[in-house]
Amino acid sequence: MFEVILTSSIQVVVVIVVVLTGCAWATWLERKVLGHMQQRIGPSYTGPYGLLQPVADGLKLIFKEDIVPDSVERLTYTLGPMLSFVPALLTFAVIPYSRDFSLFGLEFKGVISDLNIGILWIFAVTSLGVYGLVLAGWSSGSKYSLLGGIRSSAQMISYEVSYGLSIVGVIVIAGTLSMTELVAKQASDSIWFFENWYLWRNPIGFLLYLTCAIAETNRTPFDLPEAESELVAGYHTEYSSMRFALFFIGEYANMLAVACVATTLFFGGWNGPAFLSFVPPVIWFLIKVFVFMFCYVWLRATFPRFRYDQLMRFGWLVLLPLAILNAMVTGLVVLWLG
Amino acid sequence: MKDLLRALTNVFWRMPPAFWVTMKHMFKKPVTLDYPRKKAAMAPRYRGRHYLERYDDGTERCVCCGLCAAACPADAIYMEPEENEKGERQARVYEINLLRCIFCGFCEEACPEEAIFLGREYEFSDNNRNSFIYSKEQMLVPHPRKPNPFKRIIRRVRRTYGVPEQNS
Amino acid sequence: MSIDTVIFFISAVVAVFGATMMITQRNPVASVLYFIVSLLAQAVCYVQLGALFVGAMLVIVYAGAIMVLFLFVIMLLNLRGTEDLGASTGRVSRFTKYLVSILLIAELVFVIKSVFIPATTTGIMSMPADEFGNVAPVSKLLFTRYLYPFELTGVLLLVAIVGAVVLAKIDRGDKKRVTDELEESAGQATDGTAG
Repeated sequence: MFEVILTSSIQVVVVIVVVLTGCAWATWLERKVLGHMQQRIGPSYTGPYGLLQPVADGLKLIFKEDIVPDSVERLTYTLGPMLSFVPALLTFAVIPYSRDFSLFGLEFKGVISDLNIGILWIFAVTSLGVYGLVLAGWSSGSKYSLLGGIRSSAQMISYEVSYGLSIVGVIVIAGTLSMTELVAKQASDSIWFFENWYLWRNPIGFLLYLTCAIAETNRTPFDLPEAESELVAGYHTEYSSMRFALFFIGEYANMLAVACVATTLFFGGWNGPAFLSFVPPVIWFLIKVFVFMFCYVWLRATFPRFRYDQLMRFGWLVLLPLAILNAMVTGLVVLWLG
Repeated sequence: MKDLLRALTNVFWRMPPAFWVTMKHMFKKPVTLDYPRKKAAMAPRYRGRHYLERYDDGTERCVCCGLCAAACPADAIYMEPEENEKGERQARVYEINLLRCIFCGFCEEACPEEAIFLGREYEFSDNNRNSFIYSKEQMLVPHPRKPNPFKRIIRRVRRTYGVPEQNS
Repeated sequence: MSIDTVIFFISAVVAVFGATMMITQRNPVASVLYFIVSLLAQAVCYVQLGALFVGAMLVIVYAGAIMVLFLFVIMLLNLRGTEDLGASTGRVSRFTKYLVSILLIAELVFVIKSVFIPATTTGIMSMPADEFGNVAPVSKLLFTRYLYPFELTGVLLLVAIVGAVVLAKIDRGDKKRVTDELEESAGQATDGTAG
């Protein structure tokens, strides 16, 4: 009993630290890659290749003055950043990052909590994340924040359904909701180590998942809640200092979570090629997550923002029918093949 | 249905080239400079901060005639005259507000004494507005003009053999 | 007392507290927030019973989607809880109010009597079957025993959606919108009080 508590506490601490540092350097990755895609240099002064930029940013945000405007609703204004930050971190509780391993004589599991409804946990927790944005927008007492909050709630409602339906295909194929089992079912010993990835069995589901996930994390081209060119900064216009930083970390933690879930569901999780079995599985996991983060930035560099009516039209008339169709067809095929 | 088809064609037909464009640009040379470390090449007739010339003996060329102030479209120049010990007219106060200045170079053209020139210096940022009002002392070139002896030799040789002097 | 019981009691108290606060708040946003707290506590209760799927669905559907919709509407109408919604003064409405509350109390007493009292004999909660409330049993029930009620509920919701769309899309050309009529009647009401 004691050993279980010890190992899981160590895991929790390590995962939180890794996720937060990951968020910090995700900002660096974004600025650098975005810079080069726009033929700029990006951060280059703090440390080699600007690698210490997140540290400088963090220090700056901590020491900035915490400004609370007079017209805010105090309680909800304080709750907003926390509500967007905590659910993002909670997601990582069920994401398997490695096979079970032992270290310093302690037996570790490859995941903090092996829930048998892991995916539903992730969806439940991420669906709560929107309250942070909505409440922040509502309580700031500013029209830009309010518009941002309204937009984010409308966007969430529209894309939540397709988001949930997009993974039904994979779940039906795998016949399980547990993340560890999903990873185990995608393992392969052959040289074609990626032959069992669910990406190949349900590509439409993957595209749907990716699109909806980007919409749910409020990233370009779906970043209407914080559209800089129209709404100043959207829901976090009135926030400063660490409160703003919490929104920022929350957004990046959500991106990381989406990357982790996509890796686990469609790209075989921590499974690597069998002929390179000496590489720890967590390395494969991190590589795949990194590729996803890169794609996030790539997407941001490539596409402009949707107009609001386009967003709604796309969500309801394209994604939802496709998601339902995908779920039904996958179900029928699975039923037919037994 | 129309929306669905259009979205699918976009995803599979129009979006990959767009991604390719951004990826291609990622490996191109950045068009911006790593500024304080690397500086852009300057045009030969670049107009930067002003400086005030002297005669070779060190007296100021400026006689405080006010033509530069009259020519200035931005009203950036302010001056007050006085007499020096030899009874010649010169500027007691000569100030240029570099926040007003538009670096057009009209003062340079208006000057009958060839006293004011626009130099090549452009890095004079500060966090205090008053420090942008440059006084005469800040703009005058130092008296032994060039500490480099070779330049003086070259200039003398040129003057002796009648080669027209270049504006440096 | 095992740790399960402690967690159950805490979440149950939080659920009831949230529900009570929800109906006593004047600020609609605070009301929604307390309802979410109550929903989360209920989800914890479900998880305690081993019904992970039901708990997760409660959070995803109710807390994650429907309450966001509520917040959306509240924010769109910009209700701040400061408006006086007006006490009902008519005799009929007052009568209905008391009738409904008496009915609700009676229902509550009935439920508590039928559920809680027998449970005391077996312990606070009797653990149900192993797979209770998980994906397979729930869907089995939905698609066999409760198929007709399930489908009928679906049809009912569809009818409600179609009705809402029809109400919202009345053509402006020949007929007035429902909202316009509401606004007009509201305007007349204020005129009457002012005059």
